[in-house]
Amino acid sequence: MTESVETAALTPAPGRAVPEKSGQTGTVVRSTVLRRLFKNPLGIIAIVILLAMAVMAVFADALAPFDENFANISKTLAAPDGVNILGTDSSGRDVWSRLLFGAQLTLASALLCAAVAIAIGLPAGLIAGYYAGKFEAVSNWVVSILMSLPGLIVLLTIRAAFGPSVWIAMIAFGVLISPSYFRLTRSAVQSVRNELYVDAARVSGLSDLRIITRHIFSVVRAPIIIQTAAIAGVAIAIQSGLEFLGLGDPAKATWGVMLSEGFKNVYLTPSLLFWPAFAMALTIGALVLLGNAIRDALEDGEKIKHRRKKIRTAEDAATASAAKAARKTVATVEAGTEHHLVKVTNLGVGYPQADGSVKKVVDDVSFHVDRGEILGIVGESGSGKSQTAFSILGLLPDTARIVAGAIQFDGNYTVAPGEDKVSQDRLSKLRGKRISYIPQEPMSNLDPAFTIGYQLVTPMMRVLGISKAEATTRGMKLLADVGIVNPERTFKAYPHEVSGGMAQRVLIAGAISCEPDLIIADEPTTALDVTVQADVLDLIRDLQRRLGVGVILVTHNFGVVADLCDRVVVMQNGRLVEEGPVREILRNPKKEYTQTLLASMLEGKEPMTMLVPAPSSVTARSTAKENVL
Amino acid sequence: MITFILKRLGSGIVVLFVVSILVFSLLYVSSGSIARNILGDQATPEQLAVKNAELGLDQPILARYFSWLTGALRGDLGASWFTSEPVASSLATRIPVTMTMVFVAMTLIAIIATLIGVAAAVKRGWVDRVVQIGAIIGDSIPGFVIGIILVTILAIQMGFFPATSTIAPGVGADAWALSLALPVIALLINGVTGGAQQIRSAVIKQLERDYVRTLRSRGIGEREVLFKHVLRSAAPAGLTVLSLQLIGMLGGVVIIEQIFALPGMGPLAVAATSQSDQPVVMGVVMYTVVVVIVVNLIVDLLNGWLNPKVRVS
Repeated sequence: MTESVETAALTPAPGRAVPEKSGQTGTVVRSTVLRRLFKNPLGIIAIVILLAMAVMAVFADALAPFDENFANISKTLAAPDGVNILGTDSSGRDVWSRLLFGAQLTLASALLCAAVAIAIGLPAGLIAGYYAGKFEAVSNWVVSILMSLPGLIVLLTIRAAFGPSVWIAMIAFGVLISPSYFRLTRSAVQSVRNELYVDAARVSGLSDLRIITRHIFSVVRAPIIIQTAAIAGVAIAIQSGLEFLGLGDPAKATWGVMLSEGFKNVYLTPSLLFWPAFAMALTIGALVLLGNAIRDALEDGEKIKHRRKKIRTAEDAATASAAKAARKTVATVEAGTEHHLVKVTNLGVGYPQADGSVKKVVDDVSFHVDRGEILGIVGESGSGKSQTAFSILGLLPDTARIVAGAIQFDGNYTVAPGEDKVSQDRLSKLRGKRISYIPQEPMSNLDPAFTIGYQLVTPMMRVLGISKAEATTRGMKLLADVGIVNPERTFKAYPHEVSGGMAQRVLIAGAISCEPDLIIADEPTTALDVTVQADVLDLIRDLQRRLGVGVILVTHNFGVVADLCDRVVVMQNGRLVEEGPVREILRNPKKEYTQTLLASMLEGKEPMTMLVPAPSSVTARSTAKENVL
Repeated sequence: MITFILKRLGSGIVVLFVVSILVFSLLYVSSGSIARNILGDQATPEQLAVKNAELGLDQPILARYFSWLTGALRGDLGASWFTSEPVASSLATRIPVTMTMVFVAMTLIAIIATLIGVAAAVKRGWVDRVVQIGAIIGDSIPGFVIGIILVTILAIQMGFFPATSTIAPGVGADAWALSLALPVIALLINGVTGGAQQIRSAVIKQLERDYVRTLRSRGIGEREVLFKHVLRSAAPAGLTVLSLQLIGMLGGVVIIEQIFALPGMGPLAVAATSQSDQPVVMGVVMYTVVVVIVVNLIVDLLNGWLNPKVRVS
């Protein structure tokens, strides 16, 4: 029971529960959240149950046929009848009446607990998050103490000190559980404190108080409602537990007291246990569901629901069955194209949406790469270039679907025509061994828990089947090859102990460690300092010449393309704009979009975001998705 | 490493000290009527004064606290005001029962919740949905209500288990096992449903990390990626969840012991609470806080071992 106290307080992980956008557009977001909430059947059920409970509690005096302690001693442990619709307990008291009064006290005590916890946790969290400093340090210390005290043990102590009062117990529990609001508020405030719009408000002369109430409070509002639902449930549980132990006020009817009374008569009338347990589970369950429904409503409505299957169109079903047929026997590739290292034909990649439609992020893209050739794929964020690269690697997210086209590698299909997923069977034999990958962000692409040496050596042992000693020797040499001055030290280091440029060299070493035929480099220099960028590009060029591998270089930077590539593919909004040898495209770009891209380069600007307004077919969302991937 | 442990132990002692002062001052509030509660309504003022002097209640609070503290530091937690039984020895006979249950329940929670949570994160689909629904049900029914339901149906109505404890000095291991089975199940259900849900989200979060994709691109098998890398990175989050559950369980076990009439710390704590038996309440609280501090220290050490970044700093 109390084990859920602390975990429930953590359930909405602070970062996750905070809606990203509610800060600026509080009212708009709230109304759509409400609408989504009322669309969710579970949310409606929860609200109806809670409202019914609230009505029962508020009007208990009018609804209850008997006083909570009115005892008819001649009619004990009676079965339900016309007078006592749920029967009577061992003292002849009416179960239905006691249930109603129990709802009153139980719900009121839960509200009191949540109110106390908010009254302490919210302001403390706001101050600690906004001003930090000493206050934060002290409150963190207090929080760590409060969180290391088992709730029920503390309440036992409070009971020993102050006697059997529900209200004192709930105030104490409110204090004890206030850290959950404190932590929630503090991290939410910390995350927006340095946002531009808060800075803007500060610059425009708004007082701290105004900023906190106007801008920051709107961010924490929704998570606090979710948290309150959880805490009210926990408060009901722990309050009932205390009453069950017989530590409450015996003159008051509560669900816990009723449970205890039922348990004493469990051999005679076990049904006495049912109603209080049912009322409790129903109320806490409704609170849990309400919290979940609000959280779902806050999160993107675009999550893929399992409803999707139903809405599948006949066309989808047809491709699915075709795919099934194709999976059995992999078709042989089109004659005359076997010599290409990679050939992508009319590739389409899409993400099924909640409404049954498929959002295409790559559409009708065709190109090929030959051995020893460097192909650049250029485009801005959201152009689908990374998605194309991950299709070749077979590392698209689980939700992605190949909606059209085929991919072949070295004369065999990795995605045969008609298949809707990349065949992991086929690609797992190629990845690492023949196709390798250099990622964009060096630091996040190394597992922080393992040494660089381990992460370099293990793939060689798995893919090449060589011994650890041999792989270690090779690893050292590779590190030296990619220009790391002290390979022994780097080999033993953990990722957080090296610089970003060093980590990228390590990742490049990893990419070439098993002598692949194709390296896919996804923006390999974007995350690096300008001075390091040139070094890393030189390194890739040297290695490519030395090893004679094919390279697909995904980038938004035409400078990198001009520097390194033989041929280039320009992409925009998931479609292929133009393809050709680098010199030709640079000198004589045919398409307007390529010209715009080049013009922006020639002015010496670093294209970081949208260069030209995107047509409406691709929304900001897919841009965001692309960035995440 | 040594300095880290010493530092944590030091802060643990400070916490213990602070809590002891807090609880002692809280209990001071109710100590005025203790002598009358012990001796009954007929007691004369002289008898009450004698009793108060005997218990040391005529002393100022600071003096009383220091006499308790010096005793506690020597391992003497005083004697119950009502039964005169030394607190340390009554704790010693009851702790094994309680801690056996807590230990068995936590071990099972750790294993089952991890298995289910990982399965839900990796397989998604129906496994995932069952875990989500299970978490909602587990959150909805308090652990002690689960205990009541279990004892009513499985013990009283169907007779599969003893309804109350058969634990007594000298009984065999099978009697222990049979007596503890239902209480342990009652203790662990909430922990499993809640824990599986949290471990699921921790694993999903790790599966989405960049390095997982890079490991896959290097030709590392799916199983190795999951069990060696993802689980290891998700472990700190799982450990935190489990440690919080354990802290909660130290309270929850009190009610469970009451339901199953087990001779653990629960009945002692409840009786002491309703009588405001200060030495016993202090003993129970101090013991609990020590357990929490030790658990938190172990979790910190494990996290340090799992995460090299923490280890260095």
